[in-house]
Amino acid sequence: MASVDIRDVRKAFGAVQIIKGVNVEIADGEFVILVGPSGCGKSTLLRMIAGLENITAGEIAINGRVVNNVPPKERDIAMVFQNYALYPHMSVKDNMAFSMKLRKAEQSEIDERVSKAAKILGLTPLLDRFPRQLSGGQRQRVAMGRAIVRDPQVFLFDEPLSNLDAKLRVQMRSEIKELHQRLKTTTVYVTHDQIEAMTMADKIVVMHDGIVEQIGAPLDLYDNPANLFVAGFIGSPAMNFIKGTAKGGQFVAEAGFSLPLPKTGESVEGEAVTLGLRPEYIRMDPKGFAAEVVVVEPTGSETQVALHIGKDGQQQEIIALFRERISAKPGDIIHIAPMEGRAHLFSTKSERRVSITTV
Amino acid sequence: MTTPASPKSGGTGHTASTWERLQSDRNWLGFWFMVPAAFFLLFFLAYPLGKGVWMSLTDIKIGRPGQFVGLENYEELILYDKTFLYATGFTLVYTAIASAIKFALGLYLAILLNNNMPFKSFIRSIVLIPFIVPTVLSAIAFWWIFDSQFSIISWFLRKINLIDHNINFLGDPLMAQATVIFCNIWRGVPFIAITLLAGLQTVSPSLYEAATLDGASRWQIFKNITYPLLTPIIAVVMTFSVLFTFTDFQLIWAMTRGGPVNATHLMATYSYQKGILGGQLGEGSAIATAMVPFLLAAIMVSFYGLQQRKWQQGAKE
Repeated sequence: MASVDIRDVRKAFGAVQIIKGVNVEIADGEFVILVGPSGCGKSTLLRMIAGLENITAGEIAINGRVVNNVPPKERDIAMVFQNYALYPHMSVKDNMAFSMKLRKAEQSEIDERVSKAAKILGLTPLLDRFPRQLSGGQRQRVAMGRAIVRDPQVFLFDEPLSNLDAKLRVQMRSEIKELHQRLKTTTVYVTHDQIEAMTMADKIVVMHDGIVEQIGAPLDLYDNPANLFVAGFIGSPAMNFIKGTAKGGQFVAEAGFSLPLPKTGESVEGEAVTLGLRPEYIRMDPKGFAAEVVVVEPTGSETQVALHIGKDGQQQEIIALFRERISAKPGDIIHIAPMEGRAHLFSTKSERRVSITTV
Repeated sequence: MTTPASPKSGGTGHTASTWERLQSDRNWLGFWFMVPAAFFLLFFLAYPLGKGVWMSLTDIKIGRPGQFVGLENYEELILYDKTFLYATGFTLVYTAIASAIKFALGLYLAILLNNNMPFKSFIRSIVLIPFIVPTVLSAIAFWWIFDSQFSIISWFLRKINLIDHNINFLGDPLMAQATVIFCNIWRGVPFIAITLLAGLQTVSPSLYEAATLDGASRWQIFKNITYPLLTPIIAVVMTFSVLFTFTDFQLIWAMTRGGPVNATHLMATYSYQKGILGGQLGEGSAIATAMVPFLLAAIMVSFYGLQQRKWQQGAKE
């Protein structure tokens, strides 16, 4: 087990800057998820930790040792690839034993470790099969088994669940989390799926366009997004953004209604601001502002409603999520209001959050 | 009738004539599609092969129909015809040496070409040149290159004072054998290299990355990942290569006509010499027919080799 320190790391492919100075500290045993939209550089960063890509500038240290010039096999890391990268001509057992065979480990030790890993992952009955004879979830487990057998300092996962169907993904998610709780090996996990990030991580690193937007615990990012990007990226359905101006302690929407201004750490009087409102923090309130129901999507446990707010001609669509079942039909007018202390305020210009946490 | 009946289940109304059924039935339709190909195969492959085997059992000569003589021609060849035995031996040696070297060079070249390098596609197309030049043309060029008087190699070596008289490339039996094997290799390598290159490109790069992280050196990656994953395509391409090499005719005929003193005769050239030039059609056919068991053996080896790879087969248990 080891810590991983990423210090001002940059990566350029020719003239194209992919990663523009990233700092992340990963503590021993931590489960860290790099999340962001495609092309944000998260996979490249992971491959740099693995040693599959050169580091253009900056430093990566594993367990205190700078590994910039250390070849991959000496970094003592194991990686699970998006396409699993199982050796198709080897049985499950041989796939898992390959790295130990290369290290010329004793056969008895190989057998012991392989069967232990197989037991952890429920692969024991499949040991003699070839990858072709396995289902997607089983292949995924073999790929993890191959990593576990090595007992590395750090596990790296590169979008390991994206080739699985939705149901299996949920199942594997908790399996990976459970595995981490059991092995306590430092893990760096890359995904573009913020739900995976929220549900599994000890710490999330939100990346965008080659920079780190915010680092924090899942709920911390959810409750206190540092900027518009993180606010919009974390949470599903995504946060609603309403543009407007701060005027006399009120938020005046461009769409033509006003709301009480959330508490801010600095004065924003007269500035262009954006109000961020999570769908689940909107409630029905007879004294709230009027909204026209556009689409009602009940899921049983909750009801997602698309609403039009604002005057004719300046209407904006927002999403609201109600825990109760509602009888409104498209075309109806309902009255809604943000829950107390739950609205965020962002500076439209700098995109930073200016409201302070009140809950 | 309320439910519309499909044309096939319309048996109640009228019975379709045999002709109509032949026109619409799926199996028969497949048969019709196969007819042209089957015709060509039967008429241009099976018939000549059968005819050749039959001729090898007769004493047919040019201008004389010939009579059935059983295995007399084979007896004659095996017991009394030293040239036949020599040609058979040389054919085996020629095939073995040329195929082995073609394989090694082809694989090496494929791996080289699979790397990223400047002018990649240009270099790849250059490699194909020996393969696209008609065999006879390249054979004639080699004939000049290895000529006893005008050889450019001898000329060059003399200029730099390495030798004092011309090398008799095609005049000395052993030298001539080595030379024709060299030419066959030169011509055959591109086919193997390009086919194996295509095979190499189907190997996912993440397998190499996974193996690198597992701690494999370049050589270990080749031995444990690249080579095993290439075996299916190696089996196919080497089968073809062995078949083509074994049945080679053009190169030898254009360069040496089997000489000197029959040293470079292959079974194919000897069969031609005996049957067409010598007029002994029966014996010539027997020589040609004698190639069949060797070819079948080569196909069998590759066929059973292919069957062994369990990892390739589908998701069945």
